[in-house]
Amino acid sequence: MKFRTFLRHVRVGCSNIIRNGWMTVASVGAVTTTLILVAVFLALILNLNEMAKNIEDDVEIQTLIDHTANEKDVQNLGNQIEEINGVDTVFFSSNDDELNKLIEGMGEEGEAWKLLEQDNPLNHAFIVRAKNPQDTEKIADQIKEFDHVEKVVFGQDVVEQLFKFNNYARTIGVVLIVALVFTAIFLISNTIKITIMARSKEIGIMKLVGATNWFIRWPFFIEGMLHGILGSILPITLILVGYHYVEDAIAKQVSFNFVEVIPYSPFAWQLSLLILAIGAIIGIWGSVMSIRKFLKI
Amino acid sequence: MILMKDVYKTYANGVTALNGVNVKIEQGEFVYIVGPSGAGKSTFVKLMFREEKPSSGQIFINDINLSELKEKKIPYLRRNIGVVFQDFKLLPKLSVYENIAFALEVIEESPRNIRNRVMDVLEVVGLKNKARSIPDELSGGEQQRVSIARAIVNRPKIVIADEPTGNLDPETSLDILKTFESINDSGTTVIMATHSKAIVNRFKKRVIAIEDGVIARDEQRGEYGYEV
Repeated sequence: MKFRTFLRHVRVGCSNIIRNGWMTVASVGAVTTTLILVAVFLALILNLNEMAKNIEDDVEIQTLIDHTANEKDVQNLGNQIEEINGVDTVFFSSNDDELNKLIEGMGEEGEAWKLLEQDNPLNHAFIVRAKNPQDTEKIADQIKEFDHVEKVVFGQDVVEQLFKFNNYARTIGVVLIVALVFTAIFLISNTIKITIMARSKEIGIMKLVGATNWFIRWPFFIEGMLHGILGSILPITLILVGYHYVEDAIAKQVSFNFVEVIPYSPFAWQLSLLILAIGAIIGIWGSVMSIRKFLKI
Repeated sequence: MILMKDVYKTYANGVTALNGVNVKIEQGEFVYIVGPSGAGKSTFVKLMFREEKPSSGQIFINDINLSELKEKKIPYLRRNIGVVFQDFKLLPKLSVYENIAFALEVIEESPRNIRNRVMDVLEVVGLKNKARSIPDELSGGEQQRVSIARAIVNRPKIVIADEPTGNLDPETSLDILKTFESINDSGTTVIMATHSKAIVNRFKKRVIAIEDGVIARDEQRGEYGYEV
């Protein structure tokens, strides 16, 4: 195909958008609705995923060392823990460090605990992180068996619940997105099918005058792609404006450090680009699927 | 050259349109196809540019065997045959100019050539002042002439016309016939299916009469031969 012929197809595709008036509006409307849903779900799922990852990364095993352990016992214990399969890092945290953490964590009320600085009742501890957060419980069970371990703390129930929830959320999210994209393709291919059916006579004429299938297809591709791109304008605007507010609102309302949305830049831009690409692809796919059977003359 | 050997055509609904047709038409001939309605004229014409396929038999157009022609090659066959349709088959949303230019865009002509040649054929068919009109704004005769202009604009070796004067008044019909004659003078084969006794008897050419799916008569400088 010569370049000027390609330009001709682009020109015809664009002018068809205008010539088809209401058909275009219907098609673009279908894309817009679906892309808004896809965008909202994508933003939700990606954020949930991010939060899940944050929580998982924060899971640590606090191994309290009993007061009878001398320096050598502590060192031995540290080595033993490091050798467990699946352990990523092991930090020693002295009882003073632990107290400081406690005081900082409590904010103003923590001042009261400062009285204890003279005679610290807390234990020394090892802070252990697993390479794979799901192994946390297994590792904790092994640590329990070692000498001089007074207690192992890792918020067992909470962690298990979270892992379960995260897995559900991810699976449901992926299924929903796939279903939405297929619904969108179906909607668009139907709309374009109606457009093409209305023009099946024209396609027949073009073929009788000697047009190849590709010559006929190209303007429809471009038209379909433009439907997708036009349909993504509103969803992208919503992302770029809306995500800003969501980010602000959540930062103000929620103070848990793990409930943190993905920062606006570059996330909102990446999401917009993704929505644009999905729009263009379903537009083209829709036109490909619907034009095939009209080309046999 | 057009050659048909033992061509049969039965449609899916059981109607037999052609029942063993043998014919040879040389390059540069002017041929009328005549016969009663439903005798098979339109089928005969449609077979030549592969709008229909024969049920059996062979058709050659300039040594191309249409029975062996691959689906993908059909557009290239059609580019060498200008077809004027009884119902015009103009693209309704395109202007007269764009309709004619389409036949040239398909063969990837340069924009300058397209402009020049479209203006030339518009001159030939006398529609230069209607270039920007859309088909709905034209009379039947004018639409027919647009269809003719599109058929001849890429200078095909063969022009096929199915009842090109069917919907036209006698005067316009004469104009159109003169257009075909001048195309024929330049060496193009013209094949014209028609019901017009006046034209066939006035402009004497080869006449092929089709009745009940077979060639009943094939005469040089023949008469129409039916009562109207």
